[in-house]
Amino acid sequence: MIRPDAKLAANIFEKPATASTREGFGKGVVEAGTADERVVVLTADLAESTQAHHFQKAFPERFIQMGVAEQNLATVAAGMANYGKIPFFTSYATFSPGRNWEQIRTTIGINNLSVVVCGMHAGVSVGPDGATHQALEDMALMRVLPHFTVISACDSEEGRKATIAAAKLGSPVYMRWGRDKTPVMTTPESPFEIGKANVLWSPEGKSPQAAIFATGHLVHNALLAARELAGTGVEVSVTNVHTIKPLDKETILREARAAGCVVSVEEHQIAGGLGGAIAELLAQESPLPMEFIGMHDQFGQSGEPKELVEHYGMGVSHIIEAVKKVSARKG
Amino acid sequence: MDTLTDDEVKRLEAKALAIRETIVEMLTAAKSGHLAGPLGMADIFTALYFRVLHHDPKNPALPERDRLILSNGHIVPVRYAAMAHAGYFPVEECLTLRKFGSRLQGHPEREKMPGMETTSGPLGSGLSQAAGYAYAARMDGKTFRVFCAMSDGEQQEGNTWEGAMFAGKYRLTNLVGIMDRNNIQIDGDTEDIMPLEPLADKYRAFNWHVIEVDGHNIPQFVAACDEAKSIREKPTLILAHTTPGKGIPTIENDYRWHGNPPGKGPTDKIPADKQKEVFLSELKAHAV
Repeated sequence: MIRPDAKLAANIFEKPATASTREGFGKGVVEAGTADERVVVLTADLAESTQAHHFQKAFPERFIQMGVAEQNLATVAAGMANYGKIPFFTSYATFSPGRNWEQIRTTIGINNLSVVVCGMHAGVSVGPDGATHQALEDMALMRVLPHFTVISACDSEEGRKATIAAAKLGSPVYMRWGRDKTPVMTTPESPFEIGKANVLWSPEGKSPQAAIFATGHLVHNALLAARELAGTGVEVSVTNVHTIKPLDKETILREARAAGCVVSVEEHQIAGGLGGAIAELLAQESPLPMEFIGMHDQFGQSGEPKELVEHYGMGVSHIIEAVKKVSARKG
Repeated sequence: MDTLTDDEVKRLEAKALAIRETIVEMLTAAKSGHLAGPLGMADIFTALYFRVLHHDPKNPALPERDRLILSNGHIVPVRYAAMAHAGYFPVEECLTLRKFGSRLQGHPEREKMPGMETTSGPLGSGLSQAAGYAYAARMDGKTFRVFCAMSDGEQQEGNTWEGAMFAGKYRLTNLVGIMDRNNIQIDGDTEDIMPLEPLADKYRAFNWHVIEVDGHNIPQFVAACDEAKSIREKPTLILAHTTPGKGIPTIENDYRWHGNPPGKGPTDKIPADKQKEVFLSELKAHAV
């Protein structure tokens, strides 16, 4: 059942409100800018589709249009942070951190500056734009960089909170964002703390048969799978891992050990993302059977978001299958 | 106009010689690193640290200091040597260059060395960082200047031109680029590897004010930095023509010395074990 302490919205299964996670960025960054005048926003010719235009409207003097130049986007932001500003810079994740990764590594990472890299259009759910614009490797790229925190919000409201928190962190942050409108599960009352995973679903008075760890909007599919499984007498836990780095080891190990097997769910290559991070943790601390829901070493293609998520095996039925498969592997 | 007296010029030239000697000593001790570039930029770094920059070696974080961003991090020995001679740290510490535990990393790191404004090495990203710094400082009404020293080779990087375009668009008058036009890069002469000319026209086309100087003529360089102050609607590029390996005639203009220290360079003129001594004596003999 949905845990009361998660304080999720009502009707998230039957009639969820929807909004893209990037809309949460648009709201959150205006709030961050209101709270701290050091916050500036830079974009590479994508003000509206990255939702930076809200900040542009609210604080035109603190918005900087960079043109189509992602390397310059990262390095100008680094220079501004070196001076003392708190820059957020936005583009599509395939371009930033895709094209400007070395600049981010050297001028933001090694310099350890307070810069928030915002990669929009993550996942195949970008839809019709096709493979070139569907970022499926960005968490892997950013998770390997020292000093960086990596955040993937599950919905618009969590994204709003995460943006405000990122502005206060004082060190480099990568945030990934989705394009498509997806269910808004969390509320202003839902707990959010960078580095602290939230358990959203637990069995009532029983041990879970599998622990599902999900990130981004696919948390909703994980919850749908948990509900359907519960209807057939199979109990699982679902944890929203919004912070990929640093990983909340305590919560993940606790939930994994309680269930004895694990399913990871992400709209990302299974190599190097959430599943990879959890597998590294389990291999060191508590080896357990694990199944990975995500992209299996493939690029995406054009299509509608929902059909692409289904086609590439990240739908509710796939998560249910993975739970059955991994449960059967328990010794 | 910032006019130097003859005595001041002599004093600065003596500093430049001392800095060059330190560069030869530190690179020999390091057994790796770049020699030609640092020697070629010794006069300019002398002018910067002993005349042009507003700074305080005893307070590297001075809020109103001028910022010097070094884009081509591989010539950092000249910056370390100039900083040491200016009083940031003991000159002897230069001998720890590239060694385990040293603050003097092979390529400079901001977090390790106070006064090192940024981390660099991968080419082409310094001008944009300097431009971002200058932009942010102007937002807050700051009046210090941001200088960016860069190489000619890194003008082959797209990022450099993205930064140049940005600085031109936003009329960053508080930004001064200093290009070390020494015509060599690792694999050969720049005009053979990937031609750069006409550099001055290119920057002018990007809405920069360009001043060409002899990079070994300290009064000319100081005057150019002064002229940049009076340019109120554009960033300024000081295009400094330099001689790689300047001060050691045996290696001047020889691209093979771009990435080698004394003792590890070409031996067709001087045997490896004699290179340091010969270079130090050539420096003294040819000092102006």
